[in-house]
Amino acid sequence: MAGSTLASPTAEIAAVRRAPVTPGREAWRRFRKHRMAVASAVVLSLMILAVLFGHFFWTLAIDDIDFSARLQHPSWAHPFGTDDLGQDILARVLYGGRISLAVGFAAMAVAVLVGVTVGSIAGMSRGFVDTALMWLTDLFLSLPQLPLLLLIIYLFRDALTKVVGVEMGVFILIVAVIGGFRWMPVARLVRAQFFSLREKEFVEAARALGASRTRIVMQHILPNSLGPVIVAGTIDVAAAIIAESTLSFLGLGFPPDTPTWGRLLFDAKDNLDFAPHWAIFPGLMIFLTVLTINFVGDGLRDALDPRRVV
Amino acid sequence: MAQYILRRLLIAIPSLLGISVILFTVLALAPGDPFEELATNPAIPPDVRAALRASLGIDDPVHIRYFRWLTAMLQGNWGFSFVSRVDVDQLILQRLPATLLVIGTSQILALAIALPVGVFAATRPYSVFDQVANTLAFIGFSLPTFFTGLLMILLFSVTLGWLPFVYRTDIDATGWRWWWEHLRQTIMPVLVLGLFQGASWTRFVRSAVLDVIRLDHVTTARSKGLPESRVTMRHVVRNALIPVVTLVALQMPAVFGGAIVTEQIFRIPGIGSLLISAILANDTPVIMAVTFVFACLVIFFNLLADVLYGWLDPRISYS
Repeated sequence: MAGSTLASPTAEIAAVRRAPVTPGREAWRRFRKHRMAVASAVVLSLMILAVLFGHFFWTLAIDDIDFSARLQHPSWAHPFGTDDLGQDILARVLYGGRISLAVGFAAMAVAVLVGVTVGSIAGMSRGFVDTALMWLTDLFLSLPQLPLLLLIIYLFRDALTKVVGVEMGVFILIVAVIGGFRWMPVARLVRAQFFSLREKEFVEAARALGASRTRIVMQHILPNSLGPVIVAGTIDVAAAIIAESTLSFLGLGFPPDTPTWGRLLFDAKDNLDFAPHWAIFPGLMIFLTVLTINFVGDGLRDALDPRRVV
Repeated sequence: MAQYILRRLLIAIPSLLGISVILFTVLALAPGDPFEELATNPAIPPDVRAALRASLGIDDPVHIRYFRWLTAMLQGNWGFSFVSRVDVDQLILQRLPATLLVIGTSQILALAIALPVGVFAATRPYSVFDQVANTLAFIGFSLPTFFTGLLMILLFSVTLGWLPFVYRTDIDATGWRWWWEHLRQTIMPVLVLGLFQGASWTRFVRSAVLDVIRLDHVTTARSKGLPESRVTMRHVVRNALIPVVTLVALQMPAVFGGAIVTEQIFRIPGIGSLLISAILANDTPVIMAVTFVFACLVIFFNLLADVLYGWLDPRISYS
């Protein structure tokens, strides 16, 4: 490029060379410069810790019905208030957070796994296979995702819950479907990386030394193309959390007695005028989680993939 | 130009067919049998049931059923809603205008925010304005639409009492008053969708402009003595819009997803809320048709993006 405007504030054209720096430390140095990302990483870790271990310290049960304490505003006894059955919202938010995070990370894993597989196959093969796989990727990109998500869950929920139980069935279904609709950007990124990497000298050298195709892919190309994948994967966690909350908010996600964040909002929306706290706390949790994950993703992009901006 | 659009249309047909195959596969793989109820009904003997199945073609191979379904869809025979006893295509036609109105207005609002803010931020990279805009954009697309919707209802309807939070189609007023009431009830849904999309597009626009702004042809334009505004508008923005159009087209499925949520919150009688109520009522023909309509809309907007692309980028030849 002819210009000198940097794609991101921390992407330096020529870093001052001190002692030999490992790629990991170099990435960490760039990540640290993104102040919002560092702050978000701290907040996000705190929230994850709270969600994972909070129930040891906040021991109220999520389904402890207490009609004498219905729809109470936040107080010391109930920091987030109570709902229409007198159930403690803090306990329910902590429980819902575990589900939301589990769905987010599991769906990300599915998306990255499918995306890397499709992308590497397309990136290593020329001609027909590549064209067909990219057509499939483009087709999936133009699918109306939310309607299809709703359709698939509507059609398959009952059958799956019969086999593995209600919560597990819905969990598997939601993770598979959300992951199955989010692999396309990863596939495209991986394919593009493969296209440029497979012509590089070090791959040529490995081939000259007689390395097998699998070894070239697994040892040489794939590790070098993971930077953008990590960034995309981070953003995917946030997207999956939003998707799960949306389903629950529409009343079509987890069963009513499972208090996910979206489900809490769904229950709260008809009581907005006299119990606004009921909706605000779960909503704030979704917002904070997604915001911090997005910022961390942005910092990781500066650290691992300084050329791309969007 | 006409030829270019025609070619794009022809390319869209395989995509539509692919989507219809996926839709049909999902339906065919789904467990459950429409004849389940009859099977447990003792008044219907097994041979009658078998004859019924044969006459409806349920036991035919999958591909034959697919082609039968496809031809019916193409002929406009979209079936019959189990719940409201109306033809599905009529039902959708009734609901479609509300959806398109809300989506269209909110997209215009999103562009009206994203273009100026993104361009202004990119021409002053890392300034205070840029940083504030960037942070606000992050907040904007991290707020899920269902939460902003509830917050707006809380603020504008419950606390301030300025705007109605239920969308009504039967406003008993005429003339200016009718328009005014319609405007008031459309403000919140449009704001929710528009701000969300505007936030993510601001970042697209900013980075696209940043990519273009220091290219040689821009420096040349500036050294010719052109005023800065003309350089920005003619030499930067137009080129920067090319990748933005692609990204906006890729966002279309998300836009429709957001529209479903907003319609549900504000009870707008569009096809999104039709889909949700159909799912809750097990109304399969309506669910299938609405999903297919959403797919067609996504393809249509991709087509529109392709045409825009051809207009913006003279390197793409029409022939």
